[in-house]
Amino acid sequence: MVVFQKPHALTDAPFHYCPGCTHGIIHRLVAEVIDELGIEGKTIGIAPVGCSVMAYNYFNCDMIEAAHGRAPAVATGVKRANPENIVFTYQGDGDLASIGMAETVHSAARNENITVIFINNAIYGMTGGQMAPTSLPGQVTQTSPYGRDVKACGYPIRVCEMLSELEGPEYLERVTVNSVPNIRKAKKAIRKAFQNQIEGKGFSLIEVISSCPTNWGMTPQAALKWIDDKMIPYYPLGVYKDRSAQKEEAK
Amino acid sequence: MSEKVLMKGNEAIAEAAIRAGCRHYFGYPITPQTEIAAYMAKKMPKIGGTFLQAESEIAAINMVYGVSSAGLRVMTSSSSPGVSLKGEGLSYLAGADLPALIVNVQRGGPGLGGIQPSQSDYFQATRGGGHGDYHMIVLAPASVQEMAELTVKGFELADQYRLTSMILADGTMGQMMEPVALDDLTVAPMPEKPWATTGTGMKRPHNIVNSLFLQPEELEKFNFERYERYAKIEANEARFEEYRMDDAEICVAAFGIAARVSKNAIDEARKQGVKAGLIRPITLWPFPKAPFRRAAEHVKAMISVELSMGQMIEDVRLASECRVPVSLCNRAGGMIPSPDQVLEAILGAAKGGN
Repeated sequence: MVVFQKPHALTDAPFHYCPGCTHGIIHRLVAEVIDELGIEGKTIGIAPVGCSVMAYNYFNCDMIEAAHGRAPAVATGVKRANPENIVFTYQGDGDLASIGMAETVHSAARNENITVIFINNAIYGMTGGQMAPTSLPGQVTQTSPYGRDVKACGYPIRVCEMLSELEGPEYLERVTVNSVPNIRKAKKAIRKAFQNQIEGKGFSLIEVISSCPTNWGMTPQAALKWIDDKMIPYYPLGVYKDRSAQKEEAK
Repeated sequence: MSEKVLMKGNEAIAEAAIRAGCRHYFGYPITPQTEIAAYMAKKMPKIGGTFLQAESEIAAINMVYGVSSAGLRVMTSSSSPGVSLKGEGLSYLAGADLPALIVNVQRGGPGLGGIQPSQSDYFQATRGGGHGDYHMIVLAPASVQEMAELTVKGFELADQYRLTSMILADGTMGQMMEPVALDDLTVAPMPEKPWATTGTGMKRPHNIVNSLFLQPEELEKFNFERYERYAKIEANEARFEEYRMDDAEICVAAFGIAARVSKNAIDEARKQGVKAGLIRPITLWPFPKAPFRRAAEHVKAMISVELSMGQMIEDVRLASECRVPVSLCNRAGGMIPSPDQVLEAILGAAKGGN
């Protein structure tokens, strides 16, 4: 008999996330992977600033709360201090692709042996729905009330595509969690990102296209559909870099 | 007497840090402290340590935050404009009660300023530099030997009290060469760090390194607890040197290179019949209040000699409770007061001028 249980790597603290938010699903996927790989005792998680700021209360492994955008630098320190630790960061789009872009790019360029879980929901959730570096052209937010005007504030950044131009990173994949098949694919990617670190392969980043029904002003169901209709056309899913696979092919 | 080696002040800091057990250094090039990074780049790979040139000062201080979270001795170094960038990290280190050593080899400011020696980051160092209620232990060396000794002391105090220590040097201290007795350095064993995030090993509840407390009652409690620790530091760790103060009528206050210049001026003043003496704060925070309070009972006047527009002078006035006039003798922007300028100030104060 299979009994549905909470992964051991999650604490019993109830999530504070809004109804329909996909952070809960992604937390669970990360925790399931930590359980399956048997690495909870040596894993250190780095929480960001943003909606998932309190992730340190939700994961059972040792946790560090970083300054806004600095999680990859903090992770670099932790990993260099104790290379036998498994170190992951969990960051949103404002944290990773705006204020922390330098830390993101340079940790990828160094092929720092860490795992980055990047939540892209095209909006700043915690502060109440402002324009993110990944907000879509025309997207209405609190700070783009007439829709994102690309002439005034530029175009959204495709992180996986941008990082894929670097020699450094080992693995870059974009997934989403808006359906059961997609959740299964996302888990596979997250697992690979942790497995790569265990094998010493280096920097792996999984971008998870996520929903924010509250700040998008939609029902949870409409938000999941909006991912298919609007987000994925701009942010196509798939593997953007897999250096080990490239090496295999070259052989 | 142990063997002495001729070293630059910056190199002495780097070597002393390694001897203190620091195996992780993160930095970003900036004059006039880059010798520290260069020394670490050469040495660390050979002793199994980490030297990493970070992408920015901000990244470097956050790498420090990571290593400190893991419970190891760690440092970064920079000069004034770079230390401003580290301000965010310094506040987070304070908020998470993490020990670390930060070196500021000061240059003239504000802005990009210049690259010549300065003491104009005194306020930034002793009043915080980042946001929120916090302090760092601030150590002010006045010789290359002290650069080494205070580096070791900085690591020890940081671990003992769980806060950041800062070496507040200046371009002169960093660049000048003097003989150093490195073998005289003694290093206390590192205390246990049960709070460190090294992995639960599935044997204990998870550790969390954090500075976010959304409940104001809780955040207030941590602030009060931290200030109880600061009170202990103020009671136990204030350090200073007194020079010819016993019968002094004029008290010079100076730290770092300004103290060395002042000693020459004091000797000359005494030759000319004016009894001058020096109080040299070695810790700028905690500021050594007691010797100034004592001196205020028997001196006519105090002079704060500084490489700034007058910053330490506020602490001299507070510590002496304004019982005697306190004047400023200064140069700024990378200039250093000459012994003659300090002598003139001493003679002027003795005559009752200001």
